[in-house]
Amino acid sequence: MAMLEVKDLHTSFFTPAGEVKAVNGISFDLDSGKVLGIVGESGSGKSVTAYSILQILSHPGRIISGSIKFKGKELVGAGEEELHKIRGNKISIIFQDPMTSLNPVYTIGNQLTEAILLHTDRNKEQANARAVEMLELVGINEPEKRLRQYPYELSGGMRQRVMIAMALACEPDILIADEPTTALDVTIQAQILELMQDLQKKLGMAIIMITHDLGVIASLCDEVIVMYAGSVCERGTADEIFYHPAHEYTKGLMRSIPSIDDDEHERLVPITGTPIDLLNMPSGCPFAPRCDRAMKVCLTGRAKEVRVGSDHLSACWMNVKDGAERGVIQTDDDGNITAIDLEGNLDGTAEGGKAQ
Amino acid sequence: MSNDLVEVKNLKEYFPISTGFLRTTPLKAVDDVSFTIGRGETLGLVGESGCGKSTVGRTILHLYKPTAGQVIFDGKLVGPDTIKEYRRRAQIVFQDPYSSLNPRLTVADIVGEPLDVNKLYKTRKERSERVLELLNTVGISSEQMTRYAHEFSGGQRQRIGIARALASRPEFIVCDEPVSALDVSIQAQVINMFEDLQSQFGLSYLFIAHDLSVVKHISNRIAVMYLGHIVEIAEANELYHHAVHPYTVSLLSAVPVPDPERARASQRIVLEGDVPSPLHMPSGCPFRTRCSRATGTCADSCPQLKEVAPGHMAACHNL
Repeated sequence: MAMLEVKDLHTSFFTPAGEVKAVNGISFDLDSGKVLGIVGESGSGKSVTAYSILQILSHPGRIISGSIKFKGKELVGAGEEELHKIRGNKISIIFQDPMTSLNPVYTIGNQLTEAILLHTDRNKEQANARAVEMLELVGINEPEKRLRQYPYELSGGMRQRVMIAMALACEPDILIADEPTTALDVTIQAQILELMQDLQKKLGMAIIMITHDLGVIASLCDEVIVMYAGSVCERGTADEIFYHPAHEYTKGLMRSIPSIDDDEHERLVPITGTPIDLLNMPSGCPFAPRCDRAMKVCLTGRAKEVRVGSDHLSACWMNVKDGAERGVIQTDDDGNITAIDLEGNLDGTAEGGKAQ
Repeated sequence: MSNDLVEVKNLKEYFPISTGFLRTTPLKAVDDVSFTIGRGETLGLVGESGCGKSTVGRTILHLYKPTAGQVIFDGKLVGPDTIKEYRRRAQIVFQDPYSSLNPRLTVADIVGEPLDVNKLYKTRKERSERVLELLNTVGISSEQMTRYAHEFSGGQRQRIGIARALASRPEFIVCDEPVSALDVSIQAQVINMFEDLQSQFGLSYLFIAHDLSVVKHISNRIAVMYLGHIVEIAEANELYHHAVHPYTVSLLSAVPVPDPERARASQRIVLEGDVPSPLHMPSGCPFRTRCSRATGTCADSCPQLKEVAPGHMAACHNL
């Protein structure tokens, strides 16, 4: 049994303009000690997925259906008291912006010991000692002095280190990192990524890394989920996703980022159009309006995830079509799938889709 | 006639910061920066936040009055006599497409404003034709021209900002982080558009960004800034393959590459510590407090740019 099991999660925001379906039936498992990357553009639902797991969605947002099981225990519909025991203790989160996620009127020490006092039976003195230990762990010098300082006295990189120290103070099983380096400069980003890698090895927690930066994903993650418009496009090991992308969206994403190694100046191939309006979701594949290989079937129905490699699933009609041509998947005349052989390996189709 | 369109000589921009009762300390945002930009060339300017790259862009345009130094545009010194003409021929595209467009104006008026200011039309008809043409150039359809900025997505707003910059038929555009706020898929659209416009109108760009992959993609030459100084400047491929300044080297190694195998194999040179405050600059070389190769000389004097290869300059005592 995986440590965290998310099944068919639907989260919506009920705005005056209508229901915004931010997360649209996503499922995934997370084993202990693994680093899972969730990558997607703004509005793809990656952060909302994280907030749903911890149930810290802000007002008009609500989990509609689905199940989130942590170590076999259902979190959807669990009481606040039960969630309190998990939040910041078993599962903790680092937010994107270290400037706004620390409380400006409390000292670092105050905020750092809060979680320790709440979740463990340490007394104030022991909690302070633990806080100093944590600050040392995340590479902050003069930790005793820092405990008495306020957030404004620290730089962005230091504040993010404090956030990480807070998140790890109770030795969580899962650390959710929501764009932890997006607001930071490249050299500081490198420091934080290095630190997270070290700590993951040292403490062995699982990490859910949420980011839009494929570079960050590549340097940290074992497994990757690619999201678009609240749904999973593609999932697999990092190597599979980067070297054999199967979904048209993932391929488009890879083509549209400039490569630092490109000396010949190849023109970028952008994904045309604009991101989807979550208020008016089409019935077909959400990416179809922007996909230049979209077929008729893409506009009418969503593709189920099919296996395109041993550790690699993709929800794209192109993969289904390829599979049908190879005889692994059968479709009737209208393109409806009559039998999906999920265990059937479509390896080779993925080869054809290798990113240039 | 020289082939350089823009020549920047010993540009300095100090901001007075109040540090007590009736006391100010100069914040040296840009300290003695010189470079040239050729016709039709893109010069990339990279550096971390607070290094002064945006200030360089704005000071070149005289949006801030330079503390010292000269900007020579098309062979003429930019000064009180030439500023009006310069303002027409040099334009800027800002980073944030959400705050840089006036929310009270329609798109047609946002794009038409530079035409009004520079009196670039004779009849109303001519004006609206020109606005339409500009919007077409950036891929905004004519039925959208009566809408307001908030009705557009980030990528579309950036296009409107570009159309506005193009309105006065400039030769030089400062692009101040124009794609940083955009999603990757939209970012590629806008980058391609910058390239198309450049070849169509023969524009020169100063392209300011912190994303090194983007800068390398779009630039002919790249300048690297640190704490108000240019520490290295070279042709784009040369800089990426033969960087010599320790700061450039660590900056390049810090870029996360979207390639798991290389990410596993790569040795990041992680810089210790943070950028010092520009109010309390270290003596001598600004980078010495984070440099692994710093020696006694580095604390004594600030290194000057010197040529290490044809067209490749770096400012480091250890070269």
